Amino acid sequence: MFIINCPYCGERDQTEFSSGGEAHIVRPKQPTELSDDEWAEFLFMRKNIKGIQFERWNHSHGCRKWFNVVRDTSNDKIHAVYKMGEKPPVNK
Amino acid sequence: MKNKYSIFSLIKNAFSSHENWQRAWRDPEPKKEYDAIIVGGGGHGLATAYYLAKKHKMTNIAVVEKGWIGGGNTGRNTTIIRSNYLWDASAGLYDHALKIWEGLSQELNYNVMFSQRGVMNLAHNLQDVRDLKRRTHANRLNGIDAVWLNSDEVKKFCPIINTSPDIRYPVLGGTLQKRAGTARHDAVAWGYARGADQLGVDIIQNCEVKGIKRDGDQVIGIETSKGYIKSKKIGVVAAGHSSVIANMAGLKLPLESKPLQALVSEPVKPIIDTVVMSNAVHAYVSQSDKGELVIGAGTDSYVSYTQKGSHNIVEETLRAILELYPIFSRMKMLRQWGGIVDICPDASPIISKTQVKGLYFNCGWGTGGFKATPGSGDLFAHTIANDEPHKLNAAFNINRFVSGDLVDEHGAAAVAH
Repeated sequence: MFIINCPYCGERDQTEFSSGGEAHIVRPKQPTELSDDEWAEFLFMRKNIKGIQFERWNHSHGCRKWFNVVRDTSNDKIHAVYKMGEKPPVNK
Repeated sequence: MKNKYSIFSLIKNAFSSHENWQRAWRDPEPKKEYDAIIVGGGGHGLATAYYLAKKHKMTNIAVVEKGWIGGGNTGRNTTIIRSNYLWDASAGLYDHALKIWEGLSQELNYNVMFSQRGVMNLAHNLQDVRDLKRRTHANRLNGIDAVWLNSDEVKKFCPIINTSPDIRYPVLGGTLQKRAGTARHDAVAWGYARGADQLGVDIIQNCEVKGIKRDGDQVIGIETSKGYIKSKKIGVVAAGHSSVIANMAGLKLPLESKPLQALVSEPVKPIIDTVVMSNAVHAYVSQSDKGELVIGAGTDSYVSYTQKGSHNIVEETLRAILELYPIFSRMKMLRQWGGIVDICPDASPIISKTQVKGLYFNCGWGTGGFKATPGSGDLFAHTIANDEPHKLNAAFNINRFVSGDLVDEHGAAAVAH
């Protein structure tokens, strides 16, 4: 349990948000040309990092907007928050 | 078996005030090389080592554990054992485990306190009723005992449940598996550790894996906090940290690790003699032999390795517990803790070879791995020893995420396992 600084609404309790999992997984441009292995990689395989992770969150009980969070999953400390489409403020 | 535990050894040791019991397993330094190494000294890992030594005669093996054995999820779960899963593959897997549980204390000469007190799963809405009835039929077709109870029968089986139709999540009925129940989780780890040790397995604690060494596509050893250990067969049973180990070998797994929490109350006199689970409201409860209520909750919704669990989840769970069991309203909770569970997209485990030769993974047990401990160890040992899966775990290979042949137990076996 922690506080997330929504880029649109400010600091709110984590319970107002829904986690969208790992960020920056780009949907394949040409889905019809993908092999089963590539689909599995896109759909299911996750880094599931212990440490600094880039992830998506949705302020589902607030503005309902999506944004990105850089969070250390070993202690739940948030290092940065940035909007969709923006460049990550720290190196990925 | 040397140092066999029996009524006679108990009496003999009573005469010396129980000061001369021998330690149950050795504390060896790692050798330079083993025929196989198991990464992770929880119940599943120790069981794997035990069956590798016992059934497959591989005795030059080691279990490496970063902390102490049974200190991870083995010591953190709510000890529920059942096999009433919907799909054939899962039913086969979990009932295989349940059958081993039934003779485990005798086999290990260690009392794992397996208690077939029954597990009841409650239905709170029409869809629950349909799903659980369907599951009952599926179970019976697979030879697994299951009965449907209506609301009155639920009340009769567990009188402290509030079956009033006026509560927010009324009890419309439930399923009962009588062969299901609980076991003492620590004893399972200790029993398997003692059994494996006596067969020659080296159990190396405080030994953290730092890297997996490969020669091309063949695994050749592990880098640990106690130095480099060679082995051409490595079985990883690292639960919540499976992805961390996989990353060391350059692999990615379809897992997300999340905190799952549980809590126990102050001890009271016997009040509930079964296990009651409610998947819809994420609350399950049983009573330990010490008298504490053992209460389980849901997972946090985000990836985290913090072994804590959020307060809002505790609140949701206790809210449901209080509505279902008003008699517990003045109970005080003693302890709360979390464990990191590795969840697959289809909520079924992976017991599988990988694309790296000699590297095997047993993971993805998510919120319900404890019940499978003996079966998981047995089947993983088979997979490692023969370099191919047993027919009971063939469906649980890692390639199902490529082929699409998922074992979708999410919802089917219900969320809380």
